[in-house]
Amino acid sequence: MAKIVVDEERCKGCELCIPACPKHIMVMSKKFNKKGYYPAKQVKPEECTGCAFCAMVCPDIAIEVFK
Amino acid sequence: MKKVFGRPKSLTKDPFTYCPGCHHGIAHRLVAEVLDEFGIREKTIGISPVGCAVFTYAFFDCDMICAAHGRAPSVATGMKRSKPDSIVFTYQGDGDLAAIGMGEIVHTANRGESITVIFINNAIYGMTGGQMAPTTLVGQVTQTSPYGRDPKTMGYPIKVAEMLSTLKGVAYISRVALSKPAYVLKAKKAIRKAFQSQIEGKGFSLVEILSTCPTNWGLSPIEASKWLEENMIPYYPLGEFKTPEEVS
Amino acid sequence: MGEKILMKGNEAIGEAAIRVGCHFYFGYPITPQSELAAYMSKKLPKIKNAAFIQAESEIIAINMVYGAASTGARTMTSSSSTGISLKQEGISFIACAELPCVIVNMQRGGPGLGSIQPGQADYFQATKGGGHGDYHLIVLAPSSVQELVDLTMDAFDLADKYTNPAMILGDGLIGQMMESVEFKERKKIDLPDKKGWILTGCKGRKKYCIVPFNMDPYEMEKVNFKIQEKYNKLKEREVRYEAVNLDNADLIIVAYGTVARIAKTVIQNAKSEGINIGLIRPITLFPFPESIIAEASKKVNKFLVVEMSLGQMVEDVKLAVNGKAEINFYGRVGGVVPTQSEILNEIKKYLK
Repeated sequence: MAKIVVDEERCKGCELCIPACPKHIMVMSKKFNKKGYYPAKQVKPEECTGCAFCAMVCPDIAIEVFK
Repeated sequence: MKKVFGRPKSLTKDPFTYCPGCHHGIAHRLVAEVLDEFGIREKTIGISPVGCAVFTYAFFDCDMICAAHGRAPSVATGMKRSKPDSIVFTYQGDGDLAAIGMGEIVHTANRGESITVIFINNAIYGMTGGQMAPTTLVGQVTQTSPYGRDPKTMGYPIKVAEMLSTLKGVAYISRVALSKPAYVLKAKKAIRKAFQSQIEGKGFSLVEILSTCPTNWGLSPIEASKWLEENMIPYYPLGEFKTPEEVS
Repeated sequence: MGEKILMKGNEAIGEAAIRVGCHFYFGYPITPQSELAAYMSKKLPKIKNAAFIQAESEIIAINMVYGAASTGARTMTSSSSTGISLKQEGISFIACAELPCVIVNMQRGGPGLGSIQPGQADYFQATKGGGHGDYHLIVLAPSSVQELVDLTMDAFDLADKYTNPAMILGDGLIGQMMESVEFKERKKIDLPDKKGWILTGCKGRKKYCIVPFNMDPYEMEKVNFKIQEKYNKLKEREVRYEAVNLDNADLIIVAYGTVARIAKTVIQNAKSEGINIGLIRPITLFPFPESIIAEASKKVNKFLVVEMSLGQMVEDVKLAVNGKAEINFYGRVGGVVPTQSEILNEIKKYLK
């Protein structure tokens, strides 16, 4: 059981979390945030292992990981 | 469920002012995590440079001072000597540390000042709009090397970690990268060792962090990370160049 | 304490600084002030937790001062003319950050590498800011070794009181000269508590930042206004000068430091020839003693400003007098010291 929470307003849409995710379940949202960036979001949350790779490469500490 | 990854306490709530994909934010987080883990936030004084990271004073939740361009190691020296029980670190880019501040860093390292230097090497000047840095690679196009860096007239990129590790006053030096999770984990370990060297009074410590500047490299953040791995790491090898055991 | 000892000017500064608690000295060798660094290198290692560093340059030395001052320590650096030019960026940062420290300039002949003999051609640099931006140093101009001692001690207090860098503006002659000095017991004065801003680690409080910049021009303007307010207070409260023989003077000499010493002999020599000369000797060059000069110009209509420059302080005298009296100037430069007879001949020209 693991989950991540993306702070959509902190995310600058850099996409670095996408190749970092070994499960390939990070994508970019189609809706932009207040700053005009398309934030990252997770699809298929049931596949998340909580490895935190996405959070480790996030330059804006926009991802929190729970296990 | 328990939170296993979040914002370290040694950072303020302020969102980073850096461009999307810039590695500064990752480096900030790692330094802050180390301050948290050693429980030294309340005795730490940080020194911000001139350049993009001038704003670090707002991001680290510890006492901070802004130094003039390149002078952070000298300011750190004055602080550490007058307040030897504090933990002092500088956070400097490649223009700040390896160009205008090269004299400062060499002599501070040589005196073995017990401070920690976080050195961000992204091979370019960020804040001023992408000019050539001392660490710009041969052939790399920048605003002031529009035909690529030509070593005949512009010299070769300087390997700071290797150069400083020849000095006897240095306790710990390593070079790390942040372009993928495995590198980030190693970078964290290096930053821990650097601060540990200071805590144990072993001498000068420096971690050179290879970082991206997607905006001024003209690449997407993902392409920039790839460019770093393909071009910077071969020239700037990762690893430890000096560890405290070697200090006599 | 109380006992008179023979000391060289540069060393006397060092002893005075240590006695008022300056335990952090950072410097770089340059003639004619190297004895000060040498003195500190001998004395400071014997004091617990004190530090002497021979820095790799003047620039580094002033930035070490910036660091030490930010932790609340009394700290100083010293140099001479060309070295002081190198320090200007750091001095501007310290002034903007509102940190107290003391900078000693034992001036030599300029410009360029100049000479190693005494000069006063750094007056503009010392009193008008010196580096970039709108700021001033508190500038004290000693004219004896005893005054080097007293003013060095005062400089630390003034720097702390106004959280502003202070400068001792001497010259190669006064630094090299030996005179008997006394380290007098000082009255305890109330100085502002530094606890509200010094960087010591944020234990038990919110973090402090020393940030000498602001990206918002309106906020940066406020920083300027705040600093300017201190200068207004300095002008109101801290002006110092020595006035000699102003009543019934035929002419008043305005001179500071070494030149003022020579002027005092000129006054004696002139008297024997029946000429009555007065002297106004600014002790603070910033704040400048403009009121006494303006006041004197109501009674005496001839002034002679003498400097080891080609005319720097004379501009401030002219501003003070504001056209109400005749201002003449005599200067020697490049390390040349004006003689008594030269000055007296000059005076006679204007009294014809």
